Amino acid sequence: MAHSGINVLFAGQNFSRLLGGLWISAKISIVALVIGILLGVLLGALRTVKNPLLRTILRLYLEFFRIVPTVVLLFLFYYILPKNFNVNLNAQAVAMLVFALWVAAEMSDIVRGALISVPQHQKEAGLAIGLNGPQLYRYVLLPQAVGLMIPATINLMTRVIKTTSLLLLISVMDVVNIGQQIIEANRQQYPDGAFWIYGLIFILYFLLCYPLSAWARRLEQRQNNNA
Amino acid sequence: MATPLLQVEHLEKSYGDVHILHDIDLTIDTGSVTVLLGPSGSGKSTLIRCLNGLEDFQSGQLVFSGQPVVPSPKVWQQLRQKIGMVFQSYDLFPNLTVLDNILLGPLKVQHRAKAEATAQAIKLLKEVGLAEYQDAYPRQLSGGQKQRIAIVRALALNPEFMLFDEVTASLDPEMVRGVLEVLRNLAQQKMTMLVVTHEMNFAREIADQVVFLENGRILEQTPGQQFFTNPQTERAQIFLNSMDF
Ligand SMILES: Nc1ncnc2c1ncn2[C@@H]1O[C@H](COP(=O)(O)OP(=O)(O)O)[C@@H](O)[C@H]1O
Ligand SMILES: [Mg+2]
Repeated sequence: MAHSGINVLFAGQNFSRLLGGLWISAKISIVALVIGILLGVLLGALRTVKNPLLRTILRLYLEFFRIVPTVVLLFLFYYILPKNFNVNLNAQAVAMLVFALWVAAEMSDIVRGALISVPQHQKEAGLAIGLNGPQLYRYVLLPQAVGLMIPATINLMTRVIKTTSLLLLISVMDVVNIGQQIIEANRQQYPDGAFWIYGLIFILYFLLCYPLSAWARRLEQRQNNNA
Repeated sequence: MATPLLQVEHLEKSYGDVHILHDIDLTIDTGSVTVLLGPSGSGKSTLIRCLNGLEDFQSGQLVFSGQPVVPSPKVWQQLRQKIGMVFQSYDLFPNLTVLDNILLGPLKVQHRAKAEATAQAIKLLKEVGLAEYQDAYPRQLSGGQKQRIAIVRALALNPEFMLFDEVTASLDPEMVRGVLEVLRNLAQQKMTMLVVTHEMNFAREIADQVVFLENGRILEQTPGQQFFTNPQTERAQIFLNSMDF
């Protein structure tokens, strides 16, 4: 074998380009997660407030982002919004926005579930010392809910990271997109390049996601043991 | 005559279609101890919860220190700083240390200075014999200890009125005494208190007046000694006999 396929990974700038693509995916994930989680905590708390209209609106928001496939959301925000509303965002910004809104929706459900499982007595004890609504959430309910939220939140992180592989569809230069370009460019020289490139991408995603999902599993087990 | 600390006038309470409290009239004088007695399910908890706004009610009026209470979240939030409540299940905040449980109200609700509030918290902890537990978490404490902390947490707001709903009912017998001792000391310090309890000997010892509730109606509101020696109603007599103390 004159050209062992694995060399495609190291020819020219290939390897650093792939890592650069991975960094784009990671960056989008991190921004989306930070914004989405903060927004999701707020929305989740609001979903436990006794206001039927507010609850319905937030519920619809969640269902929208849950039912509509992420690809469709990306297309919607990338192709349709700019045309019809005259807002022009670059692909990465669209990706961050869509993912952040999606994370916020999923997170609101996680937060709401955790909040309503804090015993009612805790809420009354907080009210009895004169806490107002926001203080009750800030000092009593949310701190107790956090432990219950963490495993599901970590799982959401891994889903977000995995879903960044769709971003090539709106031409973000993520690791998959760059991988495809390298495969195309080296088709003559490395006919089996796809195997190695996708193999590497597999390993990179695995390295990002496996520690997270292992961590989530450990926390879940610990909670089950405590319960 | 001095203005009573609390007057309850014609209070009616239902859950949906179920009428729980009927025409409750009740007067509580400043510095007095009122013991609320009655069979299980008679509405004692519901009544006591109406008095600090944890339950709403359909009609009737509360008058606190001569001021009619116009129920709203804001009004109750203010009033709860003057009306402390302790529950059967202690309900300390498990995410906070003992000291932080106690300081939450003084610091965040009353915006008091940390040094002053801490000094008071430690003084109160000493009085209930738990000064060395200020940095412990609730899960490290026994039921009796938790309940004494819960009392301190309520007292830390400097309330004028304390509500106690069966605060010893979940405790092992050997823990009960320490908690009752705290209540007894409060009574001696002339704290105005409304106490729901099944500890009849304690009730007899501490009560300035007894309110006897059955099926959501007050059947008797009498001075303490009289209730135990000479109850006015047959229902109360039956209740006293059934408690066998
Ligand atoms: N949240 C509620 N919804 C409906 N009924 C209730 C509720 N809480 C209490 N009740 C009913 O009100 C009555 C009085 O209860 P409660 O005040 O707890 O009595 P007590 O404290 O004297 O044992 C009972 O019949 C009980 O079933
Ligand atoms: Mg009760």
